[in-house]
Amino acid sequence: MREIEGEAAMSPNRRLVNRPMIVRALAVLLLSVFSIIADAGTFMPPAATQIAGEVDSIYAFLLITSLISFILLIGGMFWFVYKYQRRSANDKTAYITHNHTLEFIWSFIPFVIFMFVFFWGWKVYHDMRNVPENALEVQVMAKKWDWRFLYKSGKVVTSGLDDNGQKVPATLVVPVGRPVKLVMASEKINEASTDPSDRPVLHSFFIPSARIKQDVVPGRFTMLWFNFDQPGDYWVFCAEFCGAGHSAMKALIRAVPVADFEKWISDEGGGKLSLADQGRALYASKACVGCHSADGSRVVGPTFKKLWGSKHGIDGGGTVEVDENYVRESIVNPNAKVTAGYPSGIMPAYAGQLSDDELNAIIEFLKTLK
Amino acid sequence: MGNTAGAHAETNYLNHEKGLWNWLSTLDHKRIGLLYFITVALFFLVGGVFALLIRTELYSAGQTIMNAEQYSRTMTYHGAVMVFLVIIPGIPAFLGNFFLPMHIGAKDVAFPRLNLLSWYCLIVGALIALSSLFFGGADTGWTFYTPYSIKHSPAVLCMAMGVFVAGFSSILTGLNFIVTTHKLRAPGMTMNRIPLFVWALYSTAIIQVLATPVLAITVLLLAMENVFGIGFFDPALGGDPVLFQHFFWFYSHPAVYIMILPAFGVISELITTFSKKTIFGYTAIAYSSVAIAAVSFFVWGHHMFVSGQSELAGVVFSFITMLVGVPTAIKLFNWVATLYKGSINLAAPMLFALGFMFLFTIGGVTGIVLATVAVDVHFHDTYFVVAHFHYVMVGGTLMAIMGGIYYWFPKMFGKLVSDLWARVSFFFIFVGFNVTFYPQFILGSLGMPRRYFDYLPEYQHLNRISTVGAYLIGVGFTIAVVTVIHALFRGKPAGSNPWGGTTLEWTTASPPPHENFLVTPIVTAGPYEHR
Repeated sequence: MREIEGEAAMSPNRRLVNRPMIVRALAVLLLSVFSIIADAGTFMPPAATQIAGEVDSIYAFLLITSLISFILLIGGMFWFVYKYQRRSANDKTAYITHNHTLEFIWSFIPFVIFMFVFFWGWKVYHDMRNVPENALEVQVMAKKWDWRFLYKSGKVVTSGLDDNGQKVPATLVVPVGRPVKLVMASEKINEASTDPSDRPVLHSFFIPSARIKQDVVPGRFTMLWFNFDQPGDYWVFCAEFCGAGHSAMKALIRAVPVADFEKWISDEGGGKLSLADQGRALYASKACVGCHSADGSRVVGPTFKKLWGSKHGIDGGGTVEVDENYVRESIVNPNAKVTAGYPSGIMPAYAGQLSDDELNAIIEFLKTLK
Repeated sequence: MGNTAGAHAETNYLNHEKGLWNWLSTLDHKRIGLLYFITVALFFLVGGVFALLIRTELYSAGQTIMNAEQYSRTMTYHGAVMVFLVIIPGIPAFLGNFFLPMHIGAKDVAFPRLNLLSWYCLIVGALIALSSLFFGGADTGWTFYTPYSIKHSPAVLCMAMGVFVAGFSSILTGLNFIVTTHKLRAPGMTMNRIPLFVWALYSTAIIQVLATPVLAITVLLLAMENVFGIGFFDPALGGDPVLFQHFFWFYSHPAVYIMILPAFGVISELITTFSKKTIFGYTAIAYSSVAIAAVSFFVWGHHMFVSGQSELAGVVFSFITMLVGVPTAIKLFNWVATLYKGSINLAAPMLFALGFMFLFTIGGVTGIVLATVAVDVHFHDTYFVVAHFHYVMVGGTLMAIMGGIYYWFPKMFGKLVSDLWARVSFFFIFVGFNVTFYPQFILGSLGMPRRYFDYLPEYQHLNRISTVGAYLIGVGFTIAVVTVIHALFRGKPAGSNPWGGTTLEWTTASPPPHENFLVTPIVTAGPYEHR
């Protein structure tokens, strides 16, 4: 009697204890699997920016969900194959044509997961594409098969050769903890060449440690930004096939503390004209000044003062924002989008008369005319 | 009655008429199917040799067996041959040609002459494309991205024109299948009774007819730009290089489904026959093929998330791409559910079907990873993408082709294939495949871009594993070829239905008579009535 009482008293108790224990054990197991995957299993290079960390979180979630789905689906497949192996040629099988509930469940659950990662991916992508206001700007020139970096101070970084004649990739020095915006263009191997295979081609600026990549497209500017949160050297690869030298088209990003960066940028930059000053010189020497004032007065064309970043109407309707791509187009092919209220067909096309570097310098000059 | 049946058993489509010319001018869909079989197998050999050359070069960092220019050409020919000459015609033009009319109880396709013409289009297109090798070879990658591909090179021009001509093969086959499916079904063969292989081919055919002309126009524009200097894509001439990518992927993304949908069809056939069970969710599988075909036209921009297209475009294409995942997941669940309470025969074709599900699931979930726009920014143009599409195209389509060949070989030739050696070939292909391509996911995560001739020393270890795997796949396919050729000459007689299939092709003799069925079949039930 006592024994029975004891058992009766214990058994609900045991259930109460055991169930949470199983759940807890499962949770611990699951969590440890998650963290193993998130820490080591993603095989991503160490994340060096905040955005890289966010990308890794989405990826870890995707990996874990994929793993669970794979185990359910393919585990189920193996289980059925094992359990329902053919015993004889006369085996009777079930005749099951469909099951609406099941079919709804296995359509709906994937749909919900897909929508969840879609929105999450969108959110992080939005941050990737929108450059913070205070970003330090550097121009990037890509050609077959090298990278070149132009700072506003006029400092230019190119690749070089070491004492053994080995190529040293161009190193983009940037401050840690400050957003850096790259404005990228693709250029000819050399300005004078008329060989069609020397034309600018597609490249892609890829920083694995920052999880960021952007194609460099001939004929327009593309942008990319990052903010390294720790000092270090990070590889840049070309990720868009551009010919035999594609895999050799590497650069380095060296993130250094802000103080070191300030020192570095002022160190060797002296004696050279800043990009904006080069642009000012071109403004005079290429005769822009004849039609475009820098002080707000109207000559033939619109003034350059306060032009940068403004929005204005164009002939034939529509508005444009004056940004890198608009300025480039208006110099190379001036009649494409003429400012409303100004005559068209007046300005000569400068296509082929200004190098990409010179275009960049003029753009920098425009930015200073506030 | 007995006498006539005996007489018919002796003449079949293989010995109906003799001589090489009779084969080259045949209008019989089965013979044309075999012409495609031989053609596609030869191109597969060519593409496979290029693949092994790539993997051998990548065995070590730096130059191994070829220089960078030769490497660019090797990877271009591997991609172009495998995509345009092997995987696209692979299932529809070979297995589809042979079995679509038989599956619906027809004597032939609707337009037998067009059918023959489409084979010649493929041959002529392939010869033009491969003649580019005599002009130094094209080095643009199979995607021909502009402006790199605009350089007045006769090799690029040959390649583009070859793809243009071969495209007509695809269009004509698609047209033929659509009309055949609508007009030539046997009495009682309603649309809800056609086998799922036919549904898959029908959906594929819609894409072939609607999307391939866009590719044709794109390569034509590319050729005009190359020859006459008309500026469509080169900014130096006022064109836009990204426009080419839009045009190209507007065809080439639906083309991915031209490659994979027929494989879904083959897998549906294999799973039911070898589980001796009716398919779970016939309607869901059939309509999900059509749904995939329709949505496939609106996802091309997911190849261009970092091309410079707007943020909004990226987000919209990411969303629509996610939607394609749903019907694809439905199919996988339905196949697994079909196994439940079945009687599962693990013969070689079934091993390929199960291997397909294993590999395609990995290909599918990594597809969702790549559809997630922020994550794709990192993975785009890395080895992760290479691994993903090989899991889909090789782990998916090629496994289905192999399973289909072993499944239907007894019907096509009336001979049995050695199941043991077929399983051995499966073992090598399946294991070799994972050894080759799984490490490439990791390489991509680490940041190794695709189309790299040389790589950082830290990537060498995984590249070596991958190369070893490629040779295992090579061994697997060699065994498969020997097994099939052996069966052709020494195989035991197959009988009309060696696997216990329920679709119409198993009701006629092996090999089938000239016009497939001695008496037009009258259909009274669905395709998979295993009761």
